[in-house]
Amino acid sequence: MKLKELPIEVEPLAGAMPAFRASVPATGLRELCAQARARKARLVALWGSDETRRGAGYALHLGLALPSGLLWVSVPLARKDPRYPGIADIYPAANRMQRACADLLGVRPDEGADPRKWLRHGAWPGNVFPLRKDFDSGARPAHEPDRYPFVAVAGEGVHEIPVGPVHAGTIEPGHFRFSVVGEKILRLEERLGYTHKGIEKRFESMTLEEGAKLAGRVSGDSTVAYAWAYAMAVEGATGAEPPRRALALRGILLELERIANHLGDLGYLGNDVALSFGFFQFWRLKEELLRTNARLFGHRYLMDAVVPGGVARDLERAEAEGLVQVLEAMRREVATLQSIYDEHAGAQDRFIMTGQVLPELAERMGLNGFAGRASGVKHDLRVDYPIPPYQQLDPLLISHTRGDVSARVSMRFAEVFESMRLIEALVQEVPPGEIRAPIAKARSGACGIGWIEGWRGEVLIALEAEGDRIHRLHPHDPSWQSWPLLEHAVHGNIVPDFPLINKSFNLSYSGQDL
Amino acid sequence: MYQILKQIAKTGIVTERAPEPDDALRVAAQRLGEIILKHFGRALAIRHVDAGSCNGCELEIHAMNSPFYNPEQLGIKFVASPRHADLLLVTGPVSRNMETALRRTWEATPDPKLVVAIGDCGCTGGIFGESYASCGRVSNVIPVDVAVPGCPPTPAAILQGILTAIEPGKR
Repeated sequence: MKLKELPIEVEPLAGAMPAFRASVPATGLRELCAQARARKARLVALWGSDETRRGAGYALHLGLALPSGLLWVSVPLARKDPRYPGIADIYPAANRMQRACADLLGVRPDEGADPRKWLRHGAWPGNVFPLRKDFDSGARPAHEPDRYPFVAVAGEGVHEIPVGPVHAGTIEPGHFRFSVVGEKILRLEERLGYTHKGIEKRFESMTLEEGAKLAGRVSGDSTVAYAWAYAMAVEGATGAEPPRRALALRGILLELERIANHLGDLGYLGNDVALSFGFFQFWRLKEELLRTNARLFGHRYLMDAVVPGGVARDLERAEAEGLVQVLEAMRREVATLQSIYDEHAGAQDRFIMTGQVLPELAERMGLNGFAGRASGVKHDLRVDYPIPPYQQLDPLLISHTRGDVSARVSMRFAEVFESMRLIEALVQEVPPGEIRAPIAKARSGACGIGWIEGWRGEVLIALEAEGDRIHRLHPHDPSWQSWPLLEHAVHGNIVPDFPLINKSFNLSYSGQDL
Repeated sequence: MYQILKQIAKTGIVTERAPEPDDALRVAAQRLGEIILKHFGRALAIRHVDAGSCNGCELEIHAMNSPFYNPEQLGIKFVASPRHADLLLVTGPVSRNMETALRRTWEATPDPKLVVAIGDCGCTGGIFGESYASCGRVSNVIPVDVAVPGCPPTPAAILQGILTAIEPGKR
C-alpha cells in the first residue's frame, strides 16, 4: 500500500498501534528523511541490525512518527564495510544514535558525520562489535584507555568543571563537563554510556516470554511503559489479542506510574530550591501511592505487572474502589501543595525563566513527552493515536510554550490531575472477562512495534522475532532526544541552577546507555 | 507561610520504627572492631554509587529518605563525596564502563569502611548477569560486607542492610 504522507510503498504491521514497514535503498535514505522532515515527521529512533545469518548484510532502521502511524524504515547495507549516508543534519537527534550504532555494530555513516564514539568507553576496542552475531557473548575484551575528545572552550577567564560519573546525589552515573565564566555556563558537554550493560545483546539470548522481565528493567522508573511496549510488540509479532479487561488494567498501571514519578520529582524540585517542606510532603504522598501499588498489584513500582498477552494480576471491584478513594484524598493534598508552590516567591523566582527550551528548538531536536509539551511540542501518543483503553477517555493534551523549569513544573501538576481522572474513568468501566491471552510462536521473521506514552515521553520497542526467540530488539527511551536539549537548556544559566534544570527533565541514563 | 505551617501540623509525624539488623544479610565476617562500631555506628555517612543499575534501586533509596523511614533520626546521612563517607551503598550490576570509577570511589573512601550492595543485581548480577559490558555482582569488583536482595529491595530492607553493616556481627 501507499502511505498518505510519503511517496513510498509500505507494508502495514499487525499490532495495537498503527505502524508500517518499508525498505529503502541507502541511496534513497536522505531524500526520504528530507521529505519526512518537511512533512513534520518526527524521528523516534535509529538502530542497526546484523542480518548476516539471514543471508544478507547489515541493516539500518529508523522509526518515524507520522500522523497515520509509525513508519519503520529498513535500509539494507553491505556485509563488508556497512555504510550509509548520515542523517544528523536533517534530524539532529540522530547524531548520538548513529554513533551508538557504529560502536555496537560497526554500521557507520559516510564521511562528514560526527566520528566520535558514544556508548563505547574503554570496555571493548574499536574493531570489536558486540551486537554482531559472530561476537561471542562469553568474550571479555581487555580494557583500553578511553581518550574521549571533549570539546575545549578557550578564552579569557574560561575554566572547566568536570562532574561525574559518580555524582553528589543519589542519581545515575554520567559525566558532565561545564565550561564556565564565573558562575555562568558557557557550554555543557555530556558524556553518557556509563551504565551500558549490554541489554540489547542480552535480549538476543532470550525467548519472547523471558524478554518481558528484561524490558521492564531497561529503565526502572518507566517499567510499566517498557513492559507494555514490549507486550505490544510481542502481541503484534505473534498475532495475540490481549483481552479488553487487560488493556483497561494496563491503562491504570501506566497512569499510576506517571503519577508516582511526577510526585517524586515535584518533591525534589522543591528540595532543589531550598523548599525541603515540598520534598517531605511529596515523598509522603508518593510513599502512600507506592504502598497502594504493592497492596493492589504486588509491587511498589508495578514491575512485571504487564506481561505479553495481558496483565499478571486482576483488580477486584472493592480494590478498585479503594484505589479511587486513595486518589481522591491525594488529589486534595496535591492541590494544596500546588497552591503553596505557586505562591512561594522564593521557589517561583528560581523556577521562572530558568533552563528555557524554546518551541522551535524543541521541535527541531525532537523533544517529546511532558518536557516537549512544556515547550509547545503538542504530541502525546495517547491523544495522537487513541487506541484502547484511551479511545473512549478523551485524554487531555496539556501544553505550554515557555519551556522553562516553571512550565515543566506546572506540566507535572496538570498531568498528575489528568492521570487521576483517567484512572477514575478506567476503574468505572473495567470490562469483564479474562486478563491474559495465550501467546503463540511467532513465524520466522515476524516483527512487532510497541509504542507507549510513558511518563517521560514515548517509549518504543522494535522487535524482530525468530520462532519464540528474539532476533533483534531495540528499546528506545525518550531520553535519547532529551539529553542533547539539556545541553542547550543550561546555556547562560548559573552552575547552581544546573541540578534544578536537570531535575525538571529527570532523564534516564540507563534507558539511553542500554 | 500559614498554609505551609497548617500542612505541616495536619501531616504530623509519619516516621515508622526502624527495622532490626538481620545477620542473614551479612556476606563477610565483621571486619571492623566492636569498639570502632560503638563510636561510629550511629553517626554514619553514606555515599551512594550507582555502578550501572536500571535506576529501580535508586527509587527505593530516595524513598528511604522520605519521612516514613527518616534515616537521619538514626544519625545516618548521605554525603556528597566518598572522602566524607564511612559506608558505600552500591547499586546495579557493575557495568564495565563503571568498573574503574567504582574502584576509585572505594579507594577514595577512608578506612575503616563498609560496603553494602543493594538489589538482586548488586548481589548476583541479576538479570543482566556478566557479559562484555557487565562485571556482574558488586563483590566481583570491591569487597562487600552486606548484600541486600530484592528487585528493588524495599526502603525498610535497605535500611535494615545498613543497620546490619554497622552492628557488630554475631559470627
